Amino acid sequence: MFDILKIIKHQGKQYIPDPTKFVLPEQHAGKPIINIKECKNNCSLCKEICPVNAITLLPISLNMGSCVFCSECENICPVQKIKFTSDYKIASNNSDCLIIQEGTEQEIKFDASFIRKEIKRCFGKSLKLRLVSAGSCNGCELELNAAGNVNFDMGRYGIEFLASPRHCDGVVVTGPIVENSIDALKSTFEAIPQPKIVILAGSCAISGGILNGSKAINREFLKSHKPDLLIPGCPPHPLTFINGILHLIK
Amino acid sequence: MNYCNIKNGQTIPFNTIPVMEYPLFRKQIIQLLENKDCHCLNYFGYPQKGNQLQLICCIGNDTTSEIYVFSFLHDLNAHSILDSITREHFGMHIFEREISEKFGIEFADHPWNKPVRYPFDRFDKSSNFKNYPFYHIESTELHEVGVGPIHAGIIEPGHFRFICNGEKVLHLEIHQGYQHRGIESLFLQKKSLLERTILAESIAGDSVAANTTAFSMLMESMGNIPISKQSSLIRTIAIELERAAIHTGDLSALCTDIAYQEGSAVLQGLRTILINTFLIWNGNRFARRLIRVGANPFPINEQIKNAILKNLEKFEFQFNEMSNYMFNDPGVLARFEDTGVVTNEQAQKMQLVGMAARTCGIPRDIRKTHPYEAFKDIKHTPICLETGDVFARAMLRRLEVTQSLQYIRTLLKENEQEEISRRNEIKLQANVFSIAITEGWRGEHCHCAITDQNGELSAYKIKDPSLHNWMGLALAVRNNDISDFPVCNKSFDLSYCGYDL
Repeated sequence: MFDILKIIKHQGKQYIPDPTKFVLPEQHAGKPIINIKECKNNCSLCKEICPVNAITLLPISLNMGSCVFCSECENICPVQKIKFTSDYKIASNNSDCLIIQEGTEQEIKFDASFIRKEIKRCFGKSLKLRLVSAGSCNGCELELNAAGNVNFDMGRYGIEFLASPRHCDGVVVTGPIVENSIDALKSTFEAIPQPKIVILAGSCAISGGILNGSKAINREFLKSHKPDLLIPGCPPHPLTFINGILHLIK
Repeated sequence: MNYCNIKNGQTIPFNTIPVMEYPLFRKQIIQLLENKDCHCLNYFGYPQKGNQLQLICCIGNDTTSEIYVFSFLHDLNAHSILDSITREHFGMHIFEREISEKFGIEFADHPWNKPVRYPFDRFDKSSNFKNYPFYHIESTELHEVGVGPIHAGIIEPGHFRFICNGEKVLHLEIHQGYQHRGIESLFLQKKSLLERTILAESIAGDSVAANTTAFSMLMESMGNIPISKQSSLIRTIAIELERAAIHTGDLSALCTDIAYQEGSAVLQGLRTILINTFLIWNGNRFARRLIRVGANPFPINEQIKNAILKNLEKFEFQFNEMSNYMFNDPGVLARFEDTGVVTNEQAQKMQLVGMAARTCGIPRDIRKTHPYEAFKDIKHTPICLETGDVFARAMLRRLEVTQSLQYIRTLLKENEQEEISRRNEIKLQANVFSIAITEGWRGEHCHCAITDQNGELSAYKIKDPSLHNWMGLALAVRNNDISDFPVCNKSFDLSYCGYDL
């Protein structure tokens, strides 16, 4: 009895008091920023090295929906044009908002016109989610699990992962959506009562990520189901996930 | 016997691999596996010109650190039926099933020739999830329970079919493939070194360091790139840190499954310390970005070294305190002990690997048997337990965490500051075969690669330890209550995506 009390005392306060204001260590590879320095003549090193074709040239822009945050573009650039910051608030509901343009350092925007009006009304105080892993590598699952643990504790906002889709308000999809998991994804989504939302977590889910081009992928589900929230990262940090959802429902 | 005798991480000209007739090939595998120290590291098909298929078998010897490689050329046009090896050595079942599913080869007398993962390029497209041949027992007393593919919790998909007598499980069949991403084909499809490295990181998100190290060892060996002692140290530290972190998380999850709240919460918080150690080192909580072919992008300087040591100290004190308490709690022991037992004989027969084997008294550990990177210098002694139950698998984790922390400390002492180095291209030798194996927290990750006459990759084969060990779980739950399935499952914590590829 005293032993366990001692253990609990040594644990101290584990939770992050305010997950919306926490500062991650500077090493964390979060939102990239692109400054307005001039590129060297005809240089396209960043575009060539990018493993997921996230970069376009003239002017340089970087699509976080594809990015795997390897930061090799930052390393290879001869004029230090790209820099990955520790900013973890990178989720949005509009894929265009995930594209980082030259010279902009503002926060990632949410497109208010995209948020269905029932979302804030129905889910503002409680959002129960069902995860479907559709070809992910388990990296996203580890981080989504962590979002509910003693440190990040998203349960404090009424956000929780549940077992049965019938008790849920939405589905979180990880992985590029592979042919073999399509039936499971569809039937899970159908079992969720209306109104319901679709959240895509991780670069694989948003764009196919590094697995883009595989013949085992079938992304047709997304043609008929428009995602309500896109959470970039490889895998997304739990704080990215929590802040993204809060932005959507609060 | 006729084989090529190589070591872990060695590259050989492809044409030095002996090609033999099937009866001899089969006999040789059977004879080699008679030795209990030998097990099959990889056995796969490599398509050749003219609808030929070369079946390449790699058998590892645990005492001599040798790997025996030999092959057989099969004419797919002939539609001949091959004699199965599985009847003689059950552990081979999965390799033959994989070959059979992908290339349509029939193995005569295979006792369990079922689909493995329904790859997109499978031979028989009419075979699909809807017509999976489940095992049935005709009886009015028994009932079947189907679970999944989607499970209660944040976990990957897979289907479990139980045949139960009341509460008791008589038989469990595990049916997978839902996570199949075609990752082996992508290794050939994507040409740049960075693309392939990121792919290696994505084989299994919980074994990033183990897989990326195996990939890097292969590329460096095939490209004749020397790597510094420091890079070697860093990879070893990363694998050991990954082991400690995931083991701690698994102990927490085991506590959750038996409704032991204290252990669950405390160990969860402790895992955070370890994965955040990665965060301050390489900017990602799961060892991504850290390991690069022929390079060392995140050398350990004094500041990082001190930060790692500080975190380890904080972690170890609390971890010991919690685990001592937990493993003395009668409630915990009652649920762990004698639950989900795999016997030594079963483990030997099914050729289990990694921690699942070590809990059944088989000291199979690549760190000792086929040393790689810094383990060439460390004399590693595998921790081995005998009981093969959930308790053993939990206890082994607890002991291995402590051992890994010791290794990290030792390696950090040897660490010298090094400049950041990078490499974006690599030229592989032409017409070679190479194999690399690392011991991740689950067990051995074996990567094999072959190049063509232009030095381009023409085959990339990955084997996750889960490929061997899922059958271990199926055996473990027999004669247990079905309510103990979650804790049995978590005690193995096998990979779905590593198996489905």
